[in-house]
Amino acid sequence: MIEVQHLTKRYGAFTAVNDVSFKVERGEILGFLGPNGAGKTTTMRVLTGFIPATSGHAVVAGHDVFEQPLEAKRRTGYLPETPPLYPDMTVGEYLSFVSKIKGVPPKERKARIDQVMRKTYVADMVNRACGKLSKGYRQRVGLAQALIHNPDVLILDEPTAGLDPKQIIETRRLVKELAGDHTIVLSTHILPEVAQTCQRVVIINKGKVVAVDTPANLTGRLRGSEALHVQVDGDPVQVTAALQRVPGVVRVNAAESHDHAGSYEVDSEAGRDVRRDLARAIVGSGFGLLELRPVRMSLEEVFLSLTTEEQPLEEAHA
Amino acid sequence: MRNVMAIAGRELRSYFASPIAYVVIGFFALVFGYMYVGVMNWFVQQGMQMGMGGGPQSLNINQQMIRPLLLNMTVVFLLLVPLITMRTYSEEKRSGTIELLLTSPITDLEIVLGKFFGALALYAVMLAVTLIHFGLLFWFGRPEWKPLLTAYLGLLLFGASFISIGLFISSLTKNQIVAGTATFAVFLLLWIVDWIGSSFGPTTESVFKYLSMTGHLDDFIKGVIDTKHLVYYISFIVFGLFLTARSVDTERWRG
Repeated sequence: MIEVQHLTKRYGAFTAVNDVSFKVERGEILGFLGPNGAGKTTTMRVLTGFIPATSGHAVVAGHDVFEQPLEAKRRTGYLPETPPLYPDMTVGEYLSFVSKIKGVPPKERKARIDQVMRKTYVADMVNRACGKLSKGYRQRVGLAQALIHNPDVLILDEPTAGLDPKQIIETRRLVKELAGDHTIVLSTHILPEVAQTCQRVVIINKGKVVAVDTPANLTGRLRGSEALHVQVDGDPVQVTAALQRVPGVVRVNAAESHDHAGSYEVDSEAGRDVRRDLARAIVGSGFGLLELRPVRMSLEEVFLSLTTEEQPLEEAHA
Repeated sequence: MRNVMAIAGRELRSYFASPIAYVVIGFFALVFGYMYVGVMNWFVQQGMQMGMGGGPQSLNINQQMIRPLLLNMTVVFLLLVPLITMRTYSEEKRSGTIELLLTSPITDLEIVLGKFFGALALYAVMLAVTLIHFGLLFWFGRPEWKPLLTAYLGLLLFGASFISIGLFISSLTKNQIVAGTATFAVFLLLWIVDWIGSSFGPTTESVFKYLSMTGHLDDFIKGVIDTKHLVYYISFIVFGLFLTARSVDTERWRG
């Protein structure tokens, strides 16, 4: 549904987006994750045809956004970071205007407007001026605006920014409901949001894609090896030796121990599941196996490890 | 075309939703009414003097009243048109609604034309106010209506030229005050551009005279539709709209 290849956007000497490539399948929700200023908004603006890219290609719903901008735009709904509302228009007038410029046929306009107002729960505000709406309603009217021409692709730039917790939950639910009919790209810098709503995540930092995966895989994979947390009842030295003898184990760290039970972090070769051998070895050596579980990084840790560059000590001191 | 109409309609609506339309039209009516009374008094005095002098020549109401009145009126437009155009693009840029327009399946040209016709419609409403004053003249006198018709055509073209330049300047900045001031300065320069031409010799004089906005209006007010002036105004409008469309496009590239 969306295909982005080697997209680069430069502003003078500054590179906002650097060689970004990713794909979104039909009906999928893709999360665009990155710290502020990472290039999320720029990428989205290129996808929606608001700004042209310096180089690279972007195809939305089968149409290249540079070659056939009108066709691509007809199939794209876009909610920018600030909902683009005209303060002096009422919600009804505004949606009617948007339906005209988005090319909704005159006969279907009224039905479409009613439908999106119901979907986004703004029907009770139809006669209220957009400038007098609360932040939550603005965001929802913005979403209604993006949906009005029933686009294949929805691009939402921080749809939950500035909302209160209840509104955030409602918006997320709404986004999930929309996913079946629409392909959705949403950006955020809030991590739980991604874990809760998105099927796949693109992590972007300083204009570069640093990871593309499902939230589960991202949290699982991000160490070069698989890590297991083991708690064993027995003499630490002997246990460590026993664990190290298991084929596939790369490293064993004794984490902590109280009385007899010791915790160990066991790193194994990537892609190799050593849990069975490990359990057998522990029990076979006569120790008590108290706990054995895979260690996953939280999405926060993944995010930080991907987007923070650790500075060498000397430089940090200088 | 439907998109142009949609945008023009929204523009016109937003003028009337904010105080702008009422302030602009209201003050225009006030100032024009004052001018009307002033010129009419002068005209009546002239008529009475002529009557007492007993001369054979009669006063022409088109020449001696309507023409100076309309030429004076253009000065008011000089002041008011920047107020109409200064917000057209600046406001959209500031509030972010430009993102809605530029990501909708419409062309830049349709947006520019929509804004142009929206502003022109407000200008036309302003012009329509003067129909009341001239209507009174028709009630009490017998002016010729044909020159008045060409005068309105000329005034529309004149206003459209200003609006096209005003749109262009508005597209250059986020700041309404900057847009308004710059527009006013450019209008004023186009007004008085023929002042300095004569000191550089006959060729430059004719060039500067040709550039001057008001010089081309007089013939329309006299009742003459000269293609020379039509070409001037229309090319001016097209040029202004072209610059605006280009400016919006480069804005995208610069981000």
